[in-house]
Amino acid sequence: MLSRWLIRVTGLGYLLVILAAPVGLVFYRAFENGFGAAWDAVTTPDAVHALKLTLEIAIIAVPANTIFGIICALAIVRYPLRGSGVLNAFVDLPLALSPVVVGLAFLLLYGQQGWFGPWLADHGVQIVFALPGMILVTIFISLPFVVREVVPVLREIGTDQEQAAETLGASAWQTFRRITLPAIRWAVVYGVVLTTARALGEFGAVSVMSGRIQGQTETMTLHVQGAYENFDYTAAYACSVVLALVAIFTLTLMTAFRPKEGR
Amino acid sequence: MRRPQGLLTQGIAIGYLSVIVLLPLAALTWKAGEGGWSAFWDAVTTPEAVSALKLTLVVSFLVALVNAVMGTLIAWMLVRDSFPGRRIVDAVIDLPFALPTIVAGLTLLTLYGPNGPTPIDIAFSRTAVLVSLLFVTVPFVVRTVQPVLMELDRETEEASHSLGAGPFTTFRRVVFPVIFPAILSGVALAYARAVGEFGAVVLITGNLPFKTEVLSVYIFGRIESGDPSSAAAVSVLVLAISLAVLLGIGALRRRFTRWEHA
Amino acid sequence: MAITVRQVTKRFGDFVALDNVSLAIPGGSLTALLGPSGSGKSTLLRIIAGLEQPDEGDVNILGEDATDVPARKRGVGFVFQHYAAFKHMTVEKNIAFGLDIRKNPRAETKKRVGELLELVQLQGLAKRYPSQLSGGQRQRMALARALAVDPKVLLLDEPFGALDARVRKELRAWLRRLHDEVHVTTVFVTHDQEEAMEVADRIAVMNEGRIEQVGKPRDLYEHPANEFVMTFVGPVSRLGGEYVRPHDLELTLEPNGTTERATVERVVHLGFEVRVELRLEGGDEVYVQATRAQAEQLDLSDGQTVYVRQGAPVAS
Repeated sequence: MLSRWLIRVTGLGYLLVILAAPVGLVFYRAFENGFGAAWDAVTTPDAVHALKLTLEIAIIAVPANTIFGIICALAIVRYPLRGSGVLNAFVDLPLALSPVVVGLAFLLLYGQQGWFGPWLADHGVQIVFALPGMILVTIFISLPFVVREVVPVLREIGTDQEQAAETLGASAWQTFRRITLPAIRWAVVYGVVLTTARALGEFGAVSVMSGRIQGQTETMTLHVQGAYENFDYTAAYACSVVLALVAIFTLTLMTAFRPKEGR
Repeated sequence: MRRPQGLLTQGIAIGYLSVIVLLPLAALTWKAGEGGWSAFWDAVTTPEAVSALKLTLVVSFLVALVNAVMGTLIAWMLVRDSFPGRRIVDAVIDLPFALPTIVAGLTLLTLYGPNGPTPIDIAFSRTAVLVSLLFVTVPFVVRTVQPVLMELDRETEEASHSLGAGPFTTFRRVVFPVIFPAILSGVALAYARAVGEFGAVVLITGNLPFKTEVLSVYIFGRIESGDPSSAAAVSVLVLAISLAVLLGIGALRRRFTRWEHA
Repeated sequence: MAITVRQVTKRFGDFVALDNVSLAIPGGSLTALLGPSGSGKSTLLRIIAGLEQPDEGDVNILGEDATDVPARKRGVGFVFQHYAAFKHMTVEKNIAFGLDIRKNPRAETKKRVGELLELVQLQGLAKRYPSQLSGGQRQRMALARALAVDPKVLLLDEPFGALDARVRKELRAWLRRLHDEVHVTTVFVTHDQEEAMEVADRIAVMNEGRIEQVGKPRDLYEHPANEFVMTFVGPVSRLGGEYVRPHDLELTLEPNGTTERATVERVVHLGFEVRVELRLEGGDEVYVQATRAQAEQLDLSDGQTVYVRQGAPVAS
């Protein structure tokens, strides 16, 4: 049918122009000067440090949001308060905020002139322009994903199995560990994949929080921007390729663990 | 189930969300109002701020519109059509989510910038803003419409055809009303994302004040200039506008799903 | 008395689910809580189980006050309408669950599970998953799971409601036989009066949060305490302003004393029984249940005039 071909051409054409072609070209540009040059670019001390920093942040942010995400989902579905719509709204808030605004908010809280500024200074604790601050904003922006994946699953499985376990003598913890957790297992995995992708790719909020001190508070994403602005295009493209490969890996995980129909 | 673990769970959830989400936003709101109404008004009505505001809102609106159409079309293609490589295309839709925004911006600049292989050069133009925001918002409408399309009962369309309706009429009267709420949900997400986008626009647009500077870049500039109060003021204004738009879309959505709850 | 419920009241918001309900259930009996939707029967069962708390009143299980005891400590076995099977565990593990969490020695648990699998006739299906079982098999598994921890009381909430008609009938008979073997005090909830009559020793008929009557099935059928019990527990026809059992109506071809005149609307042959649908002179519809023999004797056809009255069932 004509309309089928029309849809195909329009849809695929749009995706090609907007998504595929640009990404493809970056791969090309990265290896334009040979594989060696690209490799050198991603193994400079600054690049390696940026990679390490990015991973350090993710290793704290992702587990925190996983554990507390499950708890928040339980609070929303199983033990709802009258104001549990509010809890839900708070969980969704990071999706609606600009990352720059997020960075600003944390700056105003933990920065020198912030609410906790003086107290932190007195105790010699540095949050902003340092790793802790970057971890905090990353937790903020990657917060919703585990919760949003687990909530519909918790709703769908209902409380029957948990009540059955209760009548059989299981304590709350036993019920959670043996019945609830296995039931939400795949939703949690998918949520973790999304959370990790978001945490690794964060740019705006960490940009505000980091102070952009090369070799010290630069994440991979900030390093890409820094390299480009210093006209080190090979480095910018090469590091982008690293991030793009991580993204493609994330896509395969997402496809593999995507929850089946009926969300 | 029983009371003690319920309270504990609620308590931990509320505590975590308060520290991570509520507290910073409280600090932001407080800072915005610190200098009183006049300071707030001054901060949000500087010519540069107003220009950034107008640009951002207009382009985000356009982006929402384009996504409503293209997102639905792509979702239709993925659900109703089958062609070689469809599964790959389905996976690729989420690329803007998985790819860091700065890399997204770099890729667009590479292809459509001054050193690109094509004669197209949109760098430092408003078109660049549009294209960047289109990139990052690709998944939203597609992913909200897809499951609804998949669950759609084909028999209702068959019934429509048996009653004499052509494909367009069937789409308009039978299919569209069912997917419209999902389109609205996706549009809301796309709009919120577009308004706040930073990384994707920062390289390709050149951030020229009064020309291609979006709100997030303007706010960033205010922070770097050591003027967090104006930054906070503008942030809170944008938050309020986004909230109003999202509530509006939500109300529209509810109106169109009256038949579900009737 | 194994279970004593005393003056229990339960509200959900403005809705009164149970209104000052009291009930005594003898040990070793098989009691049915019978009633329409909304009568409070499931709520009462769940309060006995400890899955709900009464607003007023108390619950006594085997002589001990259980009102404040949480469900997990009451020693009740509960079977849900939709099985509540642990989907990610095999049949074996489902049944063993109660023993596993009590840290029972493995060998002992394995033995007990084997015994139970035999009892519920699911031998050979131990390693399957619930999704691979039929509805009837899943419910038998749920029963075995509940029995594994030697409950003092076994509670079943519309246990056969989700199954199709034939399986339901099979499982009813099976439950009765199981109870005769195992002798644990059993209470089950149903809205199906046929099921209650067939399976239970005693039935408590409930309506709108109150118990209307408690007694043996035959007593409820033949001596209903009020109109509700009469119409709910068995078929009724209305004649002369009263409720009568359709098989207690007498049909004759000639007027006979207290008979009323009626026209045959339809004669429905339901296998052994024949249902004769009549329309009385006043316009009311009545139906009479006759045996095949009676119907043949009368040789009725549509539109025929007959005469009907309350009478002793025609001896045949």
